Amino acid sequence: MIEVRGLAKRFGDKTVLDGVDLTLGQGESLVVIGGSGTGKSVLLRCILGLERADAGSIMWNGAPIGPDFMDRFGMLFQNAALFDSLPIWRNVAFRLLRRMPRAQARQVALAKLARVGLGPEVADLYPAALSGGMRKRAGLARAIAADPQVIFFDEPTTGLDPIRAASINRLIREIVDETGASAITITHDMGSVRAIADRVALLDQGRIRWQGTVVQMDAAADSYLQDFIHGRAPQSQSGV
Amino acid sequence: MIPAALTPVRLVGRACLRLLEGIGAVTIFAARALAGIAAHPGELARQLLHIGWLSLPVVGLTALFTGAALALQIHSGGERFQAGDVVPAIVAIGMARELGPVLGGLMVAARVASAIAAELGTMRVTEQIDALVTLSTDPVGWLVSPRVWAAILCLPFLVGIGDVIGIMGGWLVGVNALGFNSATYIANSWAYLEFWDVASGLVKGAAFGLIVALSGCWFGMHAGNGAAGVGRATTSAVVAASVGILAANFALTGLFFR
Ligand SMILES: Nc1ncnc2c1ncn2[C@@H]1O[C@H](COP(=O)(O)OP(=O)(O)OP(=O)(O)O)[C@@H](O)[C@H]1O
Ligand SMILES: [Mg+2]
Repeated sequence: MIEVRGLAKRFGDKTVLDGVDLTLGQGESLVVIGGSGTGKSVLLRCILGLERADAGSIMWNGAPIGPDFMDRFGMLFQNAALFDSLPIWRNVAFRLLRRMPRAQARQVALAKLARVGLGPEVADLYPAALSGGMRKRAGLARAIAADPQVIFFDEPTTGLDPIRAASINRLIREIVDETGASAITITHDMGSVRAIADRVALLDQGRIRWQGTVVQMDAAADSYLQDFIHGRAPQSQSGV
Repeated sequence: MIPAALTPVRLVGRACLRLLEGIGAVTIFAARALAGIAAHPGELARQLLHIGWLSLPVVGLTALFTGAALALQIHSGGERFQAGDVVPAIVAIGMARELGPVLGGLMVAARVASAIAAELGTMRVTEQIDALVTLSTDPVGWLVSPRVWAAILCLPFLVGIGDVIGIMGGWLVGVNALGFNSATYIANSWAYLEFWDVASGLVKGAAFGLIVALSGCWFGMHAGNGAAGVGRATTSAVVAASVGILAANFALTGLFFR
């Protein structure tokens, strides 16, 4: 459904992505792991066109990514990226407000907030009044508000306590299962990988170094991958 | 290999290209902003309140003190050639043509360009602007157009109100400190003031509004990373808006009054 071929991106003389090939199937949950600064966020930004790639192609159902992709898309940003000037319910209903009357959009927003475990009392608060974990949930509600077919999650659990992280992971998995959406998740958190992934891809030195299922991942011979999974300082030369 | 002696030429050439590129980019940005006037009426209303209504106190106070000081200056300067009587006319003309729009514009630049740059810059570094794109919303249409149009529409009003308050400041000083008769002062203010004196100031105001909002939005939208990037964007926006206002004022004055 999403097909990335030969994606390359450099900033000045620093090559960040150097020929990334990646596919995301219908209803599949792909998790991209990789060390800090390997270009995971840049990869998502290039796919979305927020950053112009230097080379390579990105196709969605056989056509380049454009406005009708965005209409069926939702994203949870690393720090939620809620709009400070709007109350939570209008953040969640942002896209809906263009499609339906205000009262109805508010109802849907409240339902989505409930889906991520936030009660109606937060609906009229502003993002600044929420804790980091609540903001992330609200961001999740916004990402799924219009029932997208494709969802990206950028480090959904970073900065959360283990319990909140686990509940976000479960939510993401449930949402993917319930809606049949395809998802790409970026994370450092092996707990997220195991909870969310149908397939795992390891980004290293600008390329996909390894990919496979979680079961294959545990059995893989790749030493850097094993270091990454078990949080060991690398013996090999790759990585930072 | 290019000879070393040509290095300065290359540097100047490169700087010129950069400048042209920048002017082109800002022009396109401005055109896109202006084209989006009707896209989000609710946002436009909110910005009219923020930029117009909330700037009233600062513009009013500036005008009041400026008009009062102007009256004192004209009086003491005019006395040297026995022309102290011209105070009302010169205060009125000076406020309407020059000081109302320029000082009003500069005060709005300090208040509004900085606020816009800080707000949009924060939105940039916290990925809120990227989030807009992923929600199928053009950030220029949603964020920039309402601010630019609100500033263009508000500044003439602010300038007009500033003119009136400035003339009032002159009148207060004239009547209370310089021994003018109240009715004569007001009559003299009116007598020498022409329509174009006021209208040119209002037109300048609209132009300054464009400059203020455009600087704030441009530097905010292009803020670099982190809090330092937002700080730099804010400073740049105020500097660019202030210098832009003074330069545009010179150009418009030349255009209107030569
Ligand atoms: N706008 C930019 N200008 C210059 N360099 C950039 C820019 N954006 C990213 N980079 C560089 O690209 C590299 C990859 O950045 P990216 O944010 O994708 O890393 P990441 O894999 O998401 O890391 P993390 O897990 O820490 O978020 C970094 O070394 C960063 O310095
Ligand atoms: Mg990242």
